[in-house]
Amino acid sequence: MKRKEFIKNTLLGVALPTFLNGISLKALAGTPLMHALSNYMNDDKVLVLVQLAGGNDGINTVIPFDQLSAYTNARTNIALPENKVLRLNGFDAVALHPSLTELQNLFNNGQLGIVQAVSYPKPNFSHFRATDIWMTGSDSDKIINTGWAGRFLNEVYPQFPNNYPNAAMPDPLAIQVGSVVSSTFQGPSFTMGLAISNPNNFYNLIEGKENVNSNSRWGEQLNYIEEMSLKTDQYADVIKKAALKVTKQSDKYPAQGKNPLADQLKIVARLIAGGLKTKIYMVNTGSFDTHSKQTDDADKTIGTHANLLKRVSEAIGVFMDDLNYLQVGDKVMGMTFSEFGRRIKSNASGGTDHGAAAPLFYFGNKVKGGVIGTNPIIPTNVTVNDNVPMQNDFRSVYASILQNWFALQPNDVQNVLQKDFAMLPIV
Amino acid sequence: MEVPQVNSGIKKYRGKWTKVQATHLLKRTMFGAKKDDVDYFASASLRKTIDELIDTVETEPAPPLNNYNDDKYADPEIKSGDTWVTATKQTGMEIGRRKNSLKAWWTGLMINQNKTIQEKMVLFWHNHFSSETNIVDNATWSYLHNKLLRQYALGNFKELVKAITLDPNMLKYLNGNNNNKKAPDENYGRELQELFTVGKGSGSHYTEADVKAAARVLTGFRIENKILPEAHGIFDATRHDDTDKQFSSFYNNAIIKGRKGKDGEQELDDMLDMIFAQEEVSKFICRKLYRFFVYHNIDEATEKNIIEPLAKTFRKNNYEIKPVLKQLLSSRHFFDVSNYGSIIKSPIDFCVGLCREYNIQFPNNDDYVNQYAFWLNIQQAASQMQQNIGDPPNVAGWQAFYQVPQFDKIWINSDTLPKRNQFTDRMINNGFGRPSNKKIVIDPIAFAQQFSDPSDPDQLINETVQLLYRMGLPDKEKQYLKEGILLSGLQGMMSDHYWTDAWNKLKDKPDDASNKKDVTNKLKKLFQYLMNLPQYQLT
Repeated sequence: MKRKEFIKNTLLGVALPTFLNGISLKALAGTPLMHALSNYMNDDKVLVLVQLAGGNDGINTVIPFDQLSAYTNARTNIALPENKVLRLNGFDAVALHPSLTELQNLFNNGQLGIVQAVSYPKPNFSHFRATDIWMTGSDSDKIINTGWAGRFLNEVYPQFPNNYPNAAMPDPLAIQVGSVVSSTFQGPSFTMGLAISNPNNFYNLIEGKENVNSNSRWGEQLNYIEEMSLKTDQYADVIKKAALKVTKQSDKYPAQGKNPLADQLKIVARLIAGGLKTKIYMVNTGSFDTHSKQTDDADKTIGTHANLLKRVSEAIGVFMDDLNYLQVGDKVMGMTFSEFGRRIKSNASGGTDHGAAAPLFYFGNKVKGGVIGTNPIIPTNVTVNDNVPMQNDFRSVYASILQNWFALQPNDVQNVLQKDFAMLPIV
Repeated sequence: MEVPQVNSGIKKYRGKWTKVQATHLLKRTMFGAKKDDVDYFASASLRKTIDELIDTVETEPAPPLNNYNDDKYADPEIKSGDTWVTATKQTGMEIGRRKNSLKAWWTGLMINQNKTIQEKMVLFWHNHFSSETNIVDNATWSYLHNKLLRQYALGNFKELVKAITLDPNMLKYLNGNNNNKKAPDENYGRELQELFTVGKGSGSHYTEADVKAAARVLTGFRIENKILPEAHGIFDATRHDDTDKQFSSFYNNAIIKGRKGKDGEQELDDMLDMIFAQEEVSKFICRKLYRFFVYHNIDEATEKNIIEPLAKTFRKNNYEIKPVLKQLLSSRHFFDVSNYGSIIKSPIDFCVGLCREYNIQFPNNDDYVNQYAFWLNIQQAASQMQQNIGDPPNVAGWQAFYQVPQFDKIWINSDTLPKRNQFTDRMINNGFGRPSNKKIVIDPIAFAQQFSDPSDPDQLINETVQLLYRMGLPDKEKQYLKEGILLSGLQGMMSDHYWTDAWNKLKDKPDDASNKKDVTNKLKKLFQYLMNLPQYQLT
């Protein structure tokens, strides 16, 4: 077999688990089943989670414009120049990184808001552990084996995956694009999500691309198993049908492969517009782990971090544009998150080390824009130990979305998050 | 789908002998390839490996036990923990429980197989001389049958056919026990030719008259079952048709002379000599071996380059099995990369292979109740995937081994593929549990630990893929697994150390619960993902 064919073949192989992994194609016969909770889930609200893996530098994302000298002093080698940062209508104290032009527009239109200094008590500085905390919604010193969104979906669809899909919920409960199913979707026994591991697989599926390679004994066997997998996976079909309903999307998307996050969100927009009842989508991009050289030496507005943020801004901007073009903008809200922020003081190698609290963005036609909370105080004599203290618990964001976006009853919200958290006026 | 010919011949393979080749050989001749076994054989030579796999003399395994007493029932004759194969009595109650004990025991033998081809050959012969415990309905006979297959697994095929003819289990299953001169029963006489020896290939031309003649030769053999544990086939001259039996031109118009009295028994030898004089016997068996060990489709080139020389070896060695296996399994053709990964795992290979490759820990012999229960879990998992050992669908064995053109693709359908995925998901997550709190489940850390440097995420993924898959994965996909799973979405070479740190921390501070959970979950996800890919279905 030629190398090209080999890769093509094997890549398609990877497509499958995408649709299989997660719930691994439990091909369970569906008997229609309505759950009490499904009643108020009949609305068509959708949440999109955008993971910025690696720990985004919040201070260079949302700049404390009211403390510019302290800011510049704390970050002599990476501070963004005053005249380049992006200003926000009605919020003079904060400014955005110069890369975030699309997010600036959304903010000024009232379609995007910022929650300041999000974290949790006793922040953890390990990527893996901190990611786990964000995904499970646990306290810093507790280990929980289920994801916060998984518990939510389990609350609404308690018997999943038994008797799913069914007439009331014919579609995947949650879809992850661009990775394996995240712990966020882990339910008590099963993951509530399924993954489309990479966009190519998605397009192969909906375009019904035949695997024409397999010029070999094993390749021919593999083809057969792959075909069978697709036939077996009940969700492959509904995903394909939904996608095929949408024949045109916004023309503002960058070319496939240029911006991986935009590629992922393009699929999400298509599936939402195609009518999937899926409640939560998750996409991700990285790596924000900018320990060194996060900016260009001469021009602090360009470089690694600028590119990462550009990607996020462009992707969310075109995604919002597309949702409105497809006339589904009102039913979607999204939020970004990262496992932690970075230290206030930059390090000697032109980067920032693992830190604590950081701002996050939320967006959508129906959100309440603005800035929640205040800028972190940048100490004038900053040391390497200074961290941004928490103002808002990340679970307050989850709670506000569950209660005010998904209309989950307050006691159910508490059930899902295992505690009572303050509401934030984000939606 | 055009699959190109594979033209490498039967000549001895003299290429590289590395873990790659050793893995291929072990996956085919045993159930899964354990890393320890791969390392062991890769450090020897191909020749030494083949000799050890095929020539090692296996001792007879200890027989199955009474694992089945419970609150509601106790075997009146056999104490819990004693073997029931010595029992002199059995009612329906015992038979049902003993049959399950037998299947669990057999599964245990496969899971704990020695480094030999023996257990694969027992399964091969079980499929070949198919019989069903549900129809035979006599656990002792079924055990004796299994013992017989084990005894002859690598012996002489002609002797095996004779032993099978006198086997109580087979005398019952194919009605030889009812075959007498007054009303000959043709069942065994037919299958002896159609399924067991000359087959139905294009070179086989036995006739209906030959079936009838063979049935008459076989009259008089019946089960002697006065002492249950010593049940055996005997020849009863009073039931024997002692007239001459005329065979067709396929058998060169041979006449099996009728013999009177006790001598009538020798007609069986005369008939087997006549059947085994047909070259087709050797070809039929070699084709079946080829399909079992190499690839399902036999095209003209394979027939000529592989089957014919193998069949010749078989005949030249008077139907000894070992020389044929050695020739096939050390051939260029067998080690042709084109044949790697070309077989879809049978359910038994899938389930038992998983237990072995992940080195799943079962309870010890002294905890035989739990031990048998877990073995039975594995057996039943395979059974739900449509391979119930002890009870093939019919006398032809499992379709996957003979049904043109689908063959092993038959194992994979919209019912069984999800079951395979559910099984691997289960084994990596919760496993099977018992009320005693015992469980069998994959230990992802122990599995990762055996590799050369699990702290290096690339190496960990590479070595895992090498062991679990036959055809590898493109670098791009491995990269994806690394970043998406082991690194929680962190990208770039600079991020590898986060996995390294987490792994090393696990070694240094095994009590750090959150780190342990994190590493365990990542490994689980990695292995679960790999087992969900279609590649994992191939061997």
